[in-house]
Amino acid sequence: MTANTHAHHQPSKTLKIAGLILFLLGLAIFTVSIGIGEYRIDSTTLTAAADKVPAETLALLAPLSGETFQSKLAALDAIESHINTAEHPLQDYQLGVYKFWILKAAVSGPLRDHTLLFFFASIILASLGALIYILPDIKSLPGIKHNNIFFSSTMGRGLLGILLGGYLIGFYILLYWYPEYIVNVIVLLDPLSMFLRKLPADQWFLYGVLYTLAVTVMGVRMYMKYRHNRYHLIRTTSVIFFQFAFAFMIPALLERFNQPSMDLKNAWPLDYTLFTDWRLSSLLDGGTLGTLMLIWAIILMLVVVPWMTYRYGKRWYCSWVCGCGGLAETLGDPFRQLSDKSLKAWRFERIIINAVLVLVVVMTVMQIANFTSDGALFSNYTWRVNQWYSFFIGSAFAGVIGTGFYPLMGNRVWCRFGCPLAAIMGIIQKFKSRFVITTNGAQCISCGNCSTYCEMGIDVRWYAQRGQNFARASCVGCGVCAAVCPRGVLKLENTAPGSRYNVAMEDLMMQDISESSPFVK
Amino acid sequence: MEHLVIIGNGVAGITTARNVRKLSDMQITVISNETDYFYSRTALMYIFMGHMRLEDTQPYENWFWEKNRIGLLRGHVERVDHEKKVVVLDQGTEVPYTKLVLATGSRSNKFGWPGQDLPGVQGLYHYQDVTLLEENIAGVERAVIVGGGLIGIELAEMLISRNIPVTFVVREKEYWDNILPINEAAMISNHVREHGIDLRLETNLVEILAGPNGRVRAITTDKGEEISCQLVGLTPGVHPNIDLAKNSGIPTQRGILVNDFLETEIPDIYAAGDCAEIKVTDGGRNRIEQLWYTGRQHGQTVARTICGHPTEYERGIWFNSAKFIDIEYHTYGFVSNVPRDGESFFYWEDEGRKHCVRLVYDNTSKAVTGMNFFGIRMKHPVCESWIRDKKDVEYVVQHLADANFDPEFFKPYWEKIVAAYNQQFGSRLTAKSHGGFWAKFLAG
Repeated sequence: MTANTHAHHQPSKTLKIAGLILFLLGLAIFTVSIGIGEYRIDSTTLTAAADKVPAETLALLAPLSGETFQSKLAALDAIESHINTAEHPLQDYQLGVYKFWILKAAVSGPLRDHTLLFFFASIILASLGALIYILPDIKSLPGIKHNNIFFSSTMGRGLLGILLGGYLIGFYILLYWYPEYIVNVIVLLDPLSMFLRKLPADQWFLYGVLYTLAVTVMGVRMYMKYRHNRYHLIRTTSVIFFQFAFAFMIPALLERFNQPSMDLKNAWPLDYTLFTDWRLSSLLDGGTLGTLMLIWAIILMLVVVPWMTYRYGKRWYCSWVCGCGGLAETLGDPFRQLSDKSLKAWRFERIIINAVLVLVVVMTVMQIANFTSDGALFSNYTWRVNQWYSFFIGSAFAGVIGTGFYPLMGNRVWCRFGCPLAAIMGIIQKFKSRFVITTNGAQCISCGNCSTYCEMGIDVRWYAQRGQNFARASCVGCGVCAAVCPRGVLKLENTAPGSRYNVAMEDLMMQDISESSPFVK
Repeated sequence: MEHLVIIGNGVAGITTARNVRKLSDMQITVISNETDYFYSRTALMYIFMGHMRLEDTQPYENWFWEKNRIGLLRGHVERVDHEKKVVVLDQGTEVPYTKLVLATGSRSNKFGWPGQDLPGVQGLYHYQDVTLLEENIAGVERAVIVGGGLIGIELAEMLISRNIPVTFVVREKEYWDNILPINEAAMISNHVREHGIDLRLETNLVEILAGPNGRVRAITTDKGEEISCQLVGLTPGVHPNIDLAKNSGIPTQRGILVNDFLETEIPDIYAAGDCAEIKVTDGGRNRIEQLWYTGRQHGQTVARTICGHPTEYERGIWFNSAKFIDIEYHTYGFVSNVPRDGESFFYWEDEGRKHCVRLVYDNTSKAVTGMNFFGIRMKHPVCESWIRDKKDVEYVVQHLADANFDPEFFKPYWEKIVAAYNQQFGSRLTAKSHGGFWAKFLAG
């Protein structure tokens, strides 16, 4: 009698397990695909690579024509030794690009013969499996869904979490620095890429597809988890929309029509290449559309970002619009409790995020000086600083650590410690904004849910239990502290800038004495 | 130098210590037998449910205590020798004090039921109860919870989070209806059932039966039923933990007797929090307050007194909050389960049975004296000011949005509430403020 009423609101276990199996199967097929196939160098290969590799370089491959390599390493070795010779030395970056496109063209075997089949059996299967795992949750009753999180190996930094972190880190390292080693799975994206962009897929297209799918599928998970909370439903819709439309579709279509491609929501200095000579040239040479894009990027940076942050706090960007934020709020949501809440971490955060900001400002000044002086100023240094920043900050910090460390250090490592745009908006938020988190009198019971589930590692409870309104620079306004509060103590608000802060309840009680006390520290 | 010793590291003891440190340089030692560091007792359920770990429920980092020179001592206090001004630990160690605060908290009630001390029978109050519960749930096919108050429903939520079927035995006609008016009580009963909990109303525990292994195997009720179970949670409330005071000759009744300054009858000994019983001299019943915020307020008050600024404890306008599984509850002022003489109720409930509002007002002046809100968050300072300023019920009905504390974009119920009021009283009021996100967005 009672067991049945219980089962009534339980998501189907069978469906969930089936979904999980399909997801893991898709993931396994995707992973194994990296090593499937052989690499044949023939006239077809050379034709396919001709768009990306100069004819004289391809000509050097003539001795390899007709050869088939079983091993990716052997193929890469052979290609490299033929195209990078003492007589025709290549720059490192050229070598990397050429190797990538030649090897990708050389992929043959089942992936080439059944590309769509493998595409569906890997990426699409994993996405469907994830949805089948997620959707049955609609049967559970609305409310906070944090049961057993710290007992979970994946979400509680257990073995599965470490393995997942390792997988993500490995994937990012290959994607950013060794894309030639994953050409096989990039081949799987060719049909979609040709359909959308009329261009063959590269590693960034693969990344864009996976990223958008992750935000969307895990966004559906957020819909299930927070269907009692309209703030989360609306902002989740917003991040899915901006990822799908602005980060993925619009740039793809711009490429299709041979226009300068750009993520129109990616603001400087998160977009740290905006003022490089090559970006500026390509925009300025890109006709009216290119010029308009550049004007938009500057308006976005000088007007939209400061004004919106003044009105709504940095949340309008970080947890509503931003791509990094979008991934953190969806794929990263299961890991938010792993952020470090210690005072030490806060101190570290303030130093390092502002250091990155200083760095990007210096670099941008160099880029602009370099561009306006036609390369006379800082020419070599600009290039080197760019390269350095792109490697350490743009790739290692934002990508490998930023996402790879989700299961280890929480979902906002990059946003909290590294993002220079977040740093700028944080300064505005703290000192000149309407955004504030208000606390509700003396209702706080110091339980700690707010701090625990703060992805930015803010010790929200510190303020809540004192009855003190606050707006910390790092707060991205995800609203989860307010959602998980069992006593209705926290609220995100936009209010009059002058009246944001209050005297903490706790201090009011002691005020008349403590003003004259020598022991107050 | 003065040495303040505080027995108990719960919210009352720790608030005392923190505030004394703000006001004085005296030596401070907090003794606890429960945990090394202060944690939030109200969060015990979340530890068991895997929402947090013990360290996440600790409001201050471990370095905080040394930095603020608050000494923490783990140990059990055997007795207080107030002649010698020492507390005696169970290893015989004596800790001298110049001032002593007893903040020994509460204990779970047990009403002498047969079998109440069997293995597999437990309450929920201390951290150790959570550890014990982890052991006790091994192999449990059904748990029975006896006592339909705030802890009972928490324990039920905890157990269903581990997929343990729960039978919830409640004496009242609806859940907690000795405190809640019947509509709210019925709403929560319904919500409890919705979560698959087998709620047995108007049922009393008779006996807890042991199996061959000596552990609990079933309970019997006054309805003549035997309910098979391997775990029994006894949650019929708590009572002040006064054993230490009693053994040490410090006057007690139900709690440790204190005056409005939270001073016991023994010089330099104070009591704060759950364990204190504040004497009421003008004829009322002595006050025992067993809430988180009252413990905190006791601590703040007694800290001032200890530091030479004698301060009477003044609770102010009553308020409280709770969360019944997924339904949040805020209450301000005084709401009794049935209207008292000279007062009336206005009640509105949403169709989904997850949101309701009750206003209690004085029949003559129409001033609002109490408010219940379920599923709607309300601002403490605003609600308190309405009661303090004796706002009349029509004003409050029309201005509810001003006190709303729900997250942005939440559904506003104000029009519906006013319409319900108009229907009930034949009035033509309108909601004066809407407070919706878009209104604010545009007005911004």
